[in-house]
Amino acid sequence: MKITEFLKDNIIFLDGGFGTLLQTKGLGAGELPEKWNLTRPEVITEIHQNYFDAGSNIVNANTFGANILKFPKEELEKVIKAALDCAKAAKEQSTGAQQKWIALDVGSTGRMLAPYGDLDFEDAVSIFKETVTLGEKYGADLIFIETMNDCYETKAALLAARESTSLPVFVSNAYSENGKLMTGADPAAMIAMLEGMGADAIGINCSFGPEGLQSIAEEYLKYASVPVILKPNAGLPKSVNGKAVYDVLPQEFSAAMAELVKKGIRLAGGCCGTTPEYISALTSACGDIKPLPVTDKNITWVSSYNHAVIFDKKPVLIGERINPTGKKRFKEALRENDIDYILKEGLAQQEKGVDILDVNVGMPEIDEVEMLKTAVCELQTIINLPLQIDTSDMEAMETALRIYNGKAMINSVSGKKESMEKVFPLVKKYGGLVVALTLDETGIPAAAEDRLKIAENILAEAEKYGIGKKDIIFDPLALTISADSMAGRETLKAVKLIKEVLGCKSSLGVSNVSFGLPKRDIINGTFFTLAMGFGLSAAIMNPYSTEMMKAYVSYCAVNGLDDNCADYIEFAESITETIETATVEKSQSADLGNVTELEASIIKGLKERAAAITESLLADREPLEIVKTEIIPALDIVGDGFEKNKVYLPQLLMSAEAAKSAFDKIKKYAKSDKTADKCAVVIATVKGDIHDIGKNIVKLLLENYGFLTIDLGKDVSPREIVDKVVEIKAPIVGLSALMTTTVPAMEETVALLKKEAPWCKTFVGGAVLTKEYAELIGADKYAKDAMEGVRYAEEINNTL
Amino acid sequence: MENIVFVKNYDAPIINIKEILRYLGVKECTPDFKEIIDSCIKETEEKLIYKVCYSILPVKVQEDYIDFGLSKVESNNLKRNLEGMGRAVIFAATIGIGFDRLIAKYSALSPSKALIFQAIGAERVESLCDAFNEEIVQEFIYTKPRFSPGYGDLPLEFQKDIFSLINPTKHIGIFLNDSLMMSPSKSVTAIIGIGDKK
Repeated sequence: MKITEFLKDNIIFLDGGFGTLLQTKGLGAGELPEKWNLTRPEVITEIHQNYFDAGSNIVNANTFGANILKFPKEELEKVIKAALDCAKAAKEQSTGAQQKWIALDVGSTGRMLAPYGDLDFEDAVSIFKETVTLGEKYGADLIFIETMNDCYETKAALLAARESTSLPVFVSNAYSENGKLMTGADPAAMIAMLEGMGADAIGINCSFGPEGLQSIAEEYLKYASVPVILKPNAGLPKSVNGKAVYDVLPQEFSAAMAELVKKGIRLAGGCCGTTPEYISALTSACGDIKPLPVTDKNITWVSSYNHAVIFDKKPVLIGERINPTGKKRFKEALRENDIDYILKEGLAQQEKGVDILDVNVGMPEIDEVEMLKTAVCELQTIINLPLQIDTSDMEAMETALRIYNGKAMINSVSGKKESMEKVFPLVKKYGGLVVALTLDETGIPAAAEDRLKIAENILAEAEKYGIGKKDIIFDPLALTISADSMAGRETLKAVKLIKEVLGCKSSLGVSNVSFGLPKRDIINGTFFTLAMGFGLSAAIMNPYSTEMMKAYVSYCAVNGLDDNCADYIEFAESITETIETATVEKSQSADLGNVTELEASIIKGLKERAAAITESLLADREPLEIVKTEIIPALDIVGDGFEKNKVYLPQLLMSAEAAKSAFDKIKKYAKSDKTADKCAVVIATVKGDIHDIGKNIVKLLLENYGFLTIDLGKDVSPREIVDKVVEIKAPIVGLSALMTTTVPAMEETVALLKKEAPWCKTFVGGAVLTKEYAELIGADKYAKDAMEGVRYAEEINNTL
Repeated sequence: MENIVFVKNYDAPIINIKEILRYLGVKECTPDFKEIIDSCIKETEEKLIYKVCYSILPVKVQEDYIDFGLSKVESNNLKRNLEGMGRAVIFAATIGIGFDRLIAKYSALSPSKALIFQAIGAERVESLCDAFNEEIVQEFIYTKPRFSPGYGDLPLEFQKDIFSLINPTKHIGIFLNDSLMMSPSKSVTAIIGIGDKK
């Protein structure tokens, strides 16, 4: 019988601790347990057999750390084969009468995925593929991904298992005492993602004893629509006479587990510190419990690496601002690969309180596949909101869904046959909540009832791909009332029908309703309120619009969705606060003597103030004149102070940021798009190094001083740097390295530059570098701090 | 003797402003600047965790290397540090990935704040190590100052041994990158020698 069949009507008993048992058999600290598959197979087989004898239905083969990072390819194959052979021998020898299966055990690679570590997501997928393919080849019945403490790595492992084997996959995560994974995901976030990707069972292992995991287990039971796994430790270890003793004994363990099995746990076992004795106790304690059925919880949700957003009573806000349509500055940012601009747009919307960010970076002249991938990665580096991947380019959509950390929202599919054929397979494979537009080959029907029909067609087609209605959210399309006075009413009606007839969720791009009208915000706000009243579940909207936010907070407050009106009060106060801060700042005028107001604000590092003054100055002065007579002199005052040790680095940076905010205003008014008047400087943190604070400081100052600064980011290969330099004929490169171990990468970069871009000057810096070392690796200049880097760049610029 | 790895969670150690200013290279702190630092500290609250995992292992100081059982390392400085010690605490400490997210966010928003957060992070993880170290000092009769890979002639490569000895990846979520840097970035590994008599 297949394990997935058996799981339907039975409680499955798993095995217990393995590594901890090997230690009692003599495995030394730091020794790789998987080696014993080859050197001491009899010990491995015996442990498995003891678990089978104790009643385990599934034992995990000794392959937890079996991956190509730890074993050379040939040895890996031997290790995995031997591991499964041991488990098979145990299965044959065991006297247990229960059904038995063997799982390929898959643990962490031990490496952190980028951006916070140096392992690329696709490399992680490849590493797992090697292991799982061998597992299937040598006869594992299923794949058991376990003790994962990072959401992203869990996704890589599950994706690898799904893509390269046909085996059932169980996934279990290890939680910290705050109820989250080490990298921040809560149970709901994990469940949303793993179910979306089609894991056959999901759950929790390791971490603590059964009591300690109870609340997390209950979260799983509340949200999960697939069977839930629980494999706790025997409590926590204590040292007694040099031996590890765990503080939860078999009886206590099995009693606590039985309670949770009664609540719905369907796969029960143990982790560190548990032994066959625990499993015996567990099987007898649970012997008479009838398994609770696993029910579909019908939750419509998306997730980030950190939390899930559930589409329920409270309408969900989807920020629409990351989209170049009709935005000159945004288009310019895309052309210039200015990711920071996109990030700031994302952060600002988060501040305003949106739940999800729509990400659209489509523009004819850019490589959308690459740009969308970069934008998604970078946004997820600093923003914990789920993203809505918004593109009509299928390759871009797949690339983004693949590397997305969580369960994404997908924008969009329509009732057109071709659209469904392309989008649904991606939704099925990567998981996701897809926005379905109620239009088809014939266009957008005017009547709400006809839009409903399209929605029904879409549901029927989705069903064929195994996509249920909880993973579809309909957009019945807001059309402008300036063209058709009934358009608003029909859309509202469609929202209502989708909810009442289909029992589905809906979303709208609200502002379309007012297209072509003056003061659009007024209509938008009212339409939004009405739509929510008709049952709208989500809106793609502009969170900077006060009217829209007013509509949202008041709707929630009057509908019992805002306890104590707390959100409303906060919103109301935020409106008055903005006015007050503006006054306070103004009164804080300069006490620096002989400087202008703008200079003073830059010297003091007041960002908002510098921007506001610049804005007002621009009314009757030339942009360039302001730069020359005020901004640059102010920067020089601070720069000199820094070089004379009178101003410290944080203050220098605050001034630089204030100057930058002034520059941003200047940019807006400058006639030409060209804002840099000095040569290009390519900067990067070298390969292997993921620290970029120093490099960012250099970037900021270079920009301030008018250099065209091309920032390649961190962990950048010599090849990438040299290619860029050659492409734009850059005369200067700045390289940063923080660790002694990454200085060789710097040396390699300098050497490659000398060879392929001999015209280019290099300056280097970073904590471990010295003047001598810089000379040794052939750099043209050692910059002891960012100012020195800027001065050097100016020197070179003057010779050009 | 079995190799047992223990995990400890701490509350936030008391902030040492002087250390933060030292990391920032700021000798005179104006009230305005102090206010900015305070607001940054406030922003780190709730985002940081304070975790340590450790193991106590027998150690033998040999003629040309130090023997931690399966792992051996050559280092004259560490040898001097561990001379006469029968055991050593090997530990790893971290303030978590939330800190790295904060730094990444401010790298995009404000390099000056990123720099301030960097200093706060350095102070936080060192204060965590101090808190743990102090408990070890209290528990044992005689202990040595803590010693980390990369100090003196103890090679950074010894990180790999520490990771296989106490597996901080599994226990407290510290990963070792190819370049031997750790993620989360504000993590520390170290050895504390333990003697049975003074």
